[in-house]
Amino acid sequence: MVQAARDNVHALLIAPTGAGKTLAGFLPTLASLAKGERRGLHTIYVSPLKALSVDVSRNLSQPIAEMGLDIRVETRTGDTAAHRKARQRIAPPDVLLTTPESLSLLLTYPEAGAMFADLRTVIIDEIHAFAPTKRGDLLSLALARLQRLAPHLRRVGLSATVADEPAHARWLAPGADEAVVRLVRGEAGATPHIEILVPGDIGFGRIPWGGHTARHAVPAIYDLIQRHRVTLVFTNTRANAERLFQELWSANTENLPIALHHGSLAVEQRRQVEAAMAAGNLRAVVATASLDLGIDWGNIDLVIQVGAPKGASRLLQRIGRANHRLDEPSRAVLIPGNRFEYLESMAARDATLEGDLDGEPFRPGGLDVLAQHIMGLACAAPFGPDALYEEIRTATPYRDLPRADFDDTLAFIESGGYALRAYDRFKRLVRQPDGRYRVSHPRLIQQHRLNAGVILDAPMLEVKIGRRALGRVEESFVQQLEPGDTFLFAGRVLAFERLEKTTVHARPTPSREPMVPAYLGGRLPLSANLADRVRAFLAEPAAWGRFPDEVREWLEIQARVSVLPEPHGLLVETFPRRRKHYMVAYCFEGRAAHQSLGLLLTRRMERQGLAPLGFVANDYALAVWSLHRVEAPAPLFAPDILHDELSEWLANSALLKRSFRDVAVIAGLIERQLPGLRKTGRQLTISSDLIYDVLRQHEPGHLLLRATWADARGRLTDVDRLAAFLARVEGHIRHQPLPRVSPLAVPVLLEIGRESVEGSAEDVLLAEAEALMREATR
Amino acid sequence: MTDPNAFAFHGDTFVALPEHALWWPRRRALLIADLHLEKSTSYAARGRLLPPYDSLQALGTLEALIDRLDVQEFWCLGDSFHDLHAAGRLQPDIRARLQALTSRLFWVWITGNHDPAVDATLGGVSMAEMQIDQFILRHEADPAERRPELSGHFHPKLRLVVRGQSLSRRCFACGDTKLILPSFGPLTGGLDVTDPAIARLLGPGGEALVATNTGLRRYPIGALSF
Repeated sequence: MVQAARDNVHALLIAPTGAGKTLAGFLPTLASLAKGERRGLHTIYVSPLKALSVDVSRNLSQPIAEMGLDIRVETRTGDTAAHRKARQRIAPPDVLLTTPESLSLLLTYPEAGAMFADLRTVIIDEIHAFAPTKRGDLLSLALARLQRLAPHLRRVGLSATVADEPAHARWLAPGADEAVVRLVRGEAGATPHIEILVPGDIGFGRIPWGGHTARHAVPAIYDLIQRHRVTLVFTNTRANAERLFQELWSANTENLPIALHHGSLAVEQRRQVEAAMAAGNLRAVVATASLDLGIDWGNIDLVIQVGAPKGASRLLQRIGRANHRLDEPSRAVLIPGNRFEYLESMAARDATLEGDLDGEPFRPGGLDVLAQHIMGLACAAPFGPDALYEEIRTATPYRDLPRADFDDTLAFIESGGYALRAYDRFKRLVRQPDGRYRVSHPRLIQQHRLNAGVILDAPMLEVKIGRRALGRVEESFVQQLEPGDTFLFAGRVLAFERLEKTTVHARPTPSREPMVPAYLGGRLPLSANLADRVRAFLAEPAAWGRFPDEVREWLEIQARVSVLPEPHGLLVETFPRRRKHYMVAYCFEGRAAHQSLGLLLTRRMERQGLAPLGFVANDYALAVWSLHRVEAPAPLFAPDILHDELSEWLANSALLKRSFRDVAVIAGLIERQLPGLRKTGRQLTISSDLIYDVLRQHEPGHLLLRATWADARGRLTDVDRLAAFLARVEGHIRHQPLPRVSPLAVPVLLEIGRESVEGSAEDVLLAEAEALMREATR
Repeated sequence: MTDPNAFAFHGDTFVALPEHALWWPRRRALLIADLHLEKSTSYAARGRLLPPYDSLQALGTLEALIDRLDVQEFWCLGDSFHDLHAAGRLQPDIRARLQALTSRLFWVWITGNHDPAVDATLGGVSMAEMQIDQFILRHEADPAERRPELSGHFHPKLRLVVRGQSLSRRCFACGDTKLILPSFGPLTGGLDVTDPAIARLLGPGGEALVATNTGLRRYPIGALSF
């Protein structure tokens, strides 16, 4: 890295966690500043997490103080006080640690030009975590601007091990020219030691047929915690983390300090857990993706993954949280929640050990983010459109941005971009005589700074016992609660009392059978890589010898009573059960893709008069049940289902409206909603759904609708996956009629009752609610 | 006449239309509330450049309804314009189409808090409130009113969670003597029908009424909010 700095070239450092990446990134900066030649902003460090900036600041301050260097290091995030931010703009520190959003905001100030003119280095940490996202788009645009303000700026990227190194180098490079980025590979760490718990291991019961909890493995997990210094226990959802934490405490005969950490807990509570961890006061933390990235603790000697890992890259990232010493292997234990998850854990272990990581989909930059960026730059100074277009195309996600899209974006910012009626009187940008654009009113600049940013959370409500805040929970979850309902939160069972504006009032309850939060978030998609491996396992009975008895027998019975899915075809089983007809398709394309397919299939079945009643999906299969028997499944799965049924469904779907809401806020069409504020009386913001409907009807080609489709496509990577899948299996569909349910079908059928979507037409639901209410109030 | 969305209110039959309007067959009268014309341009003046098609869309829906139902009387229950200058911001063609309607029908603008005065050049009659037959028509329901009353103002909306799916629909709010219409304007949001501001007016027997293509759905408000 020092050599790269000496040669003055951009650099991308790829190394496993614990290899001292961050310090390596800073070494050239410290060396240069130690010479004391200059003052002013020398280096900017950008990370995805505020907490990481704070941690890095601490880690830098120590060596700086020890070496007696006169170097000022400061953080700048959403938490930084306004007066401090103002001072930073006038008298910047030598090193500024920040986030993409804060950096982007800095660029909206007229001082930006002077502040960054002599910037030497920008360090981007955990580049793999946000390169292919909207935050990445925002950061890439900010880098393009920084490079223009400081042409000699050197870019340094720090990344964990990734599948596609050239794509990350390209993302980092100005003008998408990966040749100007020197790839520096850190020393590979010792091969991790990954174990899958199986029956016969201490404290581990039989692998269940279905479900995703670790109830059968709680004694085993507790035993592992007892035998290690510090254990990090990862689960895939917050609901599972809550449940496991509670069960661990029931088993905690030794009163070991075990804590809980997830994204809904109050910030102070999370910081407490992190501090206790850093101080070595904890033996275990049960966590979700909230700890996937972040602060290095160093003293962790075991990582447990509860439930299937869903992707090899994610597994590697999580394993990397243990034992930050390169010469010793990280140690991890995988705990499958059911038999399919056993196969998936096996696949993940093989893939991880073979270094076969999941690729990240890079896609063109969002036009909504572009609109926000351009407006931000306009806040700082007038701009000429031609020069700006050239500058923007040096940001890799926008390398291929057509001039027409740029012009449309500009027209959108200027006057809404409506074809049929122009807002000439209310232009937000005005064209000066010299051809450059400036913001028409200072109020708009204020408005922009308040609403900037690309992270939009689902509305969250604060949960309180009395006056004590415990954390935040999704508004949509609370809407389903009635007074007296119990739910798990922050590691305890609470009873819902009432909702008061944005606060959920609850009280502790002795109840032990809570209605667990059905958190929307936190579901991780199964990577295509692992799905392929699981499919391959099934097709190769010779390999089953490595599996525990019950998994092997499960597959053997399946082979006897039905058949096993082939790696390249689609197996569809049909069987009667309780006077209904079931159809189970083993698609292996992940739960989200199966759900989309389920919606489309039931529509098509409705048209064919099969009277579908419902469907349910997991990561491996989709089950549909109906009044009439499906005689010929193949036409149901014909690829044209994606044209005929999909566009019709999608245009009205909540997904597209959700995407539009985000796009409209990011692009600055509507204001950011204050989380959870129930509208009272007159409302100030207009529901984005209403705007969506009007826009779709009158101007379907509008820039924001185009951005919405792009956004929804990104969310629905599963639809692309589905399309590829249906094309692949066409002509290779094997229908297996059975007298009764097969062993392989059991896991997905066990999901019924946990959640199932039945005839989703709104009118049907309205009628049902009316009937229920009539019954309840008779 | 057995429209699936018909219901009785104080001795007369009304039809709740899925377009969020009220049809009064006996008088051949169409009633709407809270049209909020030119709401988009009102926001645009403050820097939020919303799609400027709300007036166009509302007018299109109205014209279709008027043609379909052979309407003779038309009543707007207030807040027909989003602000005092809204009429001046109507595009010329929209203005002409609106004038064509007001000259064709018996057209009344009841005034509301957003539009205390209505531009007379648009045609129609403007008044603060009006009694027809046994009903009093006004913008905002009056708690002291004893006569059966038709009003708007609150933009009532029904929110339901059915099988984990959250639904939200504009609705009519109906009490012993009060019928509150949903808002008609495309960009008008709503107030939850269980909100005390509405529930208080309706009294204990209050119901939310939703017109669907398969018939009228009625929800006791007491059962929605327990």
